[in-house]
Amino acid sequence: MRFTTLLFRQLLKLILLLACVSSVTFVLMSKSPIDPIQAYIGADILRVGEEQRVAIAEHWGLNDPPLQRFTAWFSSIVQGDLGTSMIYRQPVIDIIQEKFQSSISLLLIAWLLSGIIGFAAGIAAAMKRGTWLDRIIQWYCYALSSTPTFWAALLLLLIFTVWLPIFPVGLGAPVGVTTDQVTWLDRAYHMVLPAVTLSLTGISGIALHTREKMIEVLASDYILFARAKGEEGMRLVSRHGLRNILLPAITLQFASFSELFGGAVLIEQVFSYPGLGQATVEASTKGDVPLLMGIVLFSAVFVFVGNSIAEWTYRIVDPRIKEGYKLEA
Amino acid sequence: MHLLDIQQLSISFETYDYRLRKRTMPVIQKLSLSVHAGEILAIVGASGSGKSLLAHAILGLLPDNAVLSGRLSFEGQALTPERQQQLRGKQLALIPQSVQYLDPLMRVGKQVEQAVRIGDARLERQKAFERFRLPQEAAAKYPFQLSGGMARRVLVSIAAVSGAKLLIADEPTPGLDDQVAQETLRTFQQMAKIGSTILFITHDLIAAAQIADRIAVLHSGELMEIAPASSFTGNGDALMHPYTRALWQALPQNQFMDAKGWQQ
Amino acid sequence: MKRNSLLRIFIAITLLVMPLLLAAMLSSKGLLSQLEARNVSPSWSHPFGTDWLGRDMLTRTMKGLALSIGVGTIASITSAIIAGCLGLMAATLGKTADRIITWLIDCFLSVPHLVLLLLIAFSIGGGIKGVIIAIAFTHWPSLARLLRAEILAMKSAQFVLVSKQLGKSSWWIATRHLLPHLLPQFIVGALLMFPHAILHEAALTFLGMGLSPHQPAIGIILSESMKFISAGMCWLALFPGLCLFFVVRSFDMLARSLYAFIDPNRLRH
Repeated sequence: MRFTTLLFRQLLKLILLLACVSSVTFVLMSKSPIDPIQAYIGADILRVGEEQRVAIAEHWGLNDPPLQRFTAWFSSIVQGDLGTSMIYRQPVIDIIQEKFQSSISLLLIAWLLSGIIGFAAGIAAAMKRGTWLDRIIQWYCYALSSTPTFWAALLLLLIFTVWLPIFPVGLGAPVGVTTDQVTWLDRAYHMVLPAVTLSLTGISGIALHTREKMIEVLASDYILFARAKGEEGMRLVSRHGLRNILLPAITLQFASFSELFGGAVLIEQVFSYPGLGQATVEASTKGDVPLLMGIVLFSAVFVFVGNSIAEWTYRIVDPRIKEGYKLEA
Repeated sequence: MHLLDIQQLSISFETYDYRLRKRTMPVIQKLSLSVHAGEILAIVGASGSGKSLLAHAILGLLPDNAVLSGRLSFEGQALTPERQQQLRGKQLALIPQSVQYLDPLMRVGKQVEQAVRIGDARLERQKAFERFRLPQEAAAKYPFQLSGGMARRVLVSIAAVSGAKLLIADEPTPGLDDQVAQETLRTFQQMAKIGSTILFITHDLIAAAQIADRIAVLHSGELMEIAPASSFTGNGDALMHPYTRALWQALPQNQFMDAKGWQQ
Repeated sequence: MKRNSLLRIFIAITLLVMPLLLAAMLSSKGLLSQLEARNVSPSWSHPFGTDWLGRDMLTRTMKGLALSIGVGTIASITSAIIAGCLGLMAATLGKTADRIITWLIDCFLSVPHLVLLLLIAFSIGGGIKGVIIAIAFTHWPSLARLLRAEILAMKSAQFVLVSKQLGKSSWWIATRHLLPHLLPQFIVGALLMFPHAILHEAALTFLGMGLSPHQPAIGIILSESMKFISAGMCWLALFPGLCLFFVVRSFDMLARSLYAFIDPNRLRH
């Protein structure tokens, strides 16, 4: 099948998914007992008279029948207008863009770190199977997956900002400094601890998976034959082992965008890091409906991209499938 | 001098039964045989008689839960695990059963080149392909793209380019059609002619009788008899052990006779 | 190896029952503000210290854990039932039902779990009710998928086809063949939901979706402790979190040991 056909199919799937997610989200929102006007105005609600409330409701179309509201909302989404955030008083799409730019480096670094460390740990554990190293790595992974992410973040915050004051207590940039004076180094400095913490959460999954696959590989016939040919040790692993488990590991990493995003929500809250995760929490605790809905859709796209890349990596890189396709054409 | 000497070799496995107690399962018992340089020695036996294990034992590739006793020596010197590691792929080579022993994600040409010990890798690979009648384009293929016969020839090439003195062929003929099987056997004969020693492990007594100089018969981990291939003719009268004789006579080409007594 | 599993199961159950017992035994007095005993670091009378309102941290932690375990249990059981029903329906009610349910599973899994939880909890109006419903209705997809795959695989398995040939009724096949194979998997899968449910409950209350600040939920305790980290009152965060870790770990260990106990053949090394 040609590349463009595949791409088209994937896009169609995405659109269908978004339509489904948006409808469900809309239904949930409309059933919400939260009064949007109250959420918007907040503490000033007592000062707002009845007339004004009616006027606001009219303006937002809150009194229209649900289907009309949905179609109005959906059509504006399709045109790229996700509404206006109640908290930030700016178009939702701008907010998401801004916050995501803030989070993207955090997400990327955490993702890379967890992938590399997890992969190395998995291989080490498999090669030294049964030894104390293997046991420690396994125990550590199981412990890590039972640890509340935000608690681990709190502990690291405690250790590295209070007891050993190496890193700043939080935020994305130094306090009291205007935006144009914040340097790249400043941002990096504030990002280190959150990124490291976020990466911790992803390590156990990939480490355990890699270990299992590596053990399978080491017990396989082709490794036996490679040993029969005189290959051994690291050379054996790098020649035959790595290639065969790199693929499943990379696929797993790309499929973990969902957990990554979830982790970021918690980590950003602990470190007061001004990214998309924190925006999600703000939106849900303060009842900012348009922003929340926008974030839900955006995160769905994010996860979808990750899963699609995971699927495609396999298709493109595994020669059995690649060559198979060639033979078909 | 014997190229390979096996003295009183016993192999057993430690396993855990359902009550999680350690049990030792014997697989090969007190096997002694020697392989002369330049000969083709066939080891024949039913499945489960421990033939493949013998190959792995010689190469030092037994699993961790295997218990070994006895002596192995190669060219007069003891075969310690260290020596086995040194000799694998250089003096001792394995020709495995099937294509699943090849790395599925690596092109076969490269896998052959990685086995070359003397000379330029690419050149040797090209020469080997020519010798075993493989098209040079096959080098770019992956194992899953090879036909049964081509896979067989690639595996033989890998063993040939290593320049090993002793080649151990583990079940080379099952699953191949007659023509390819015959071709494989002829290849072994050719290689023996130019000086390689071949240990030919199989359950196919006919194939063994065709090309081997001597045939060793294994049953339930024990060596029954070693006889020259010429003894395996006619009624099998020249065969000493009743088991070997019965085995020979049971073949469809011969009397297809049932043996009296029970078989394990 | 089986004895090892039994020991682990025993330890896990003990670790789980302890907070519940302690929560019941410790009087609610510890929850009240005792301004004379503010910011006490861990001592004999207050093993976990007290917070800035003088509330005993041990009491708060144990009661919070009991709440978490309760919420986790209710949510997990509900999720498991949903997963069981939908998984079964997908595998046995024909192609259309299968397609719809599979699509539904994909939809649920397409949004990051925490985001979905926030969305649902928010739309129900927050509070403990919101948290429980959100968790209960978002944990089923993975288990449902697993069950569906298992049932489909077994439907075409040899022994089932043979039974059908021999004229056995579908009901007989279901109860004699499928159930014994599925039940252990289902139970273990349901048990494995508990740690996730509890972690999510803590996460949601941490983020503020929970409830009133006076009701002791572990998440709230931890989020409040954040403000006092710079002040060096580390016991506010350390002990509650550690206890939560042990509870979650116990559930996890329980589920895995039970799995090893029931089906040692499938033990992964």
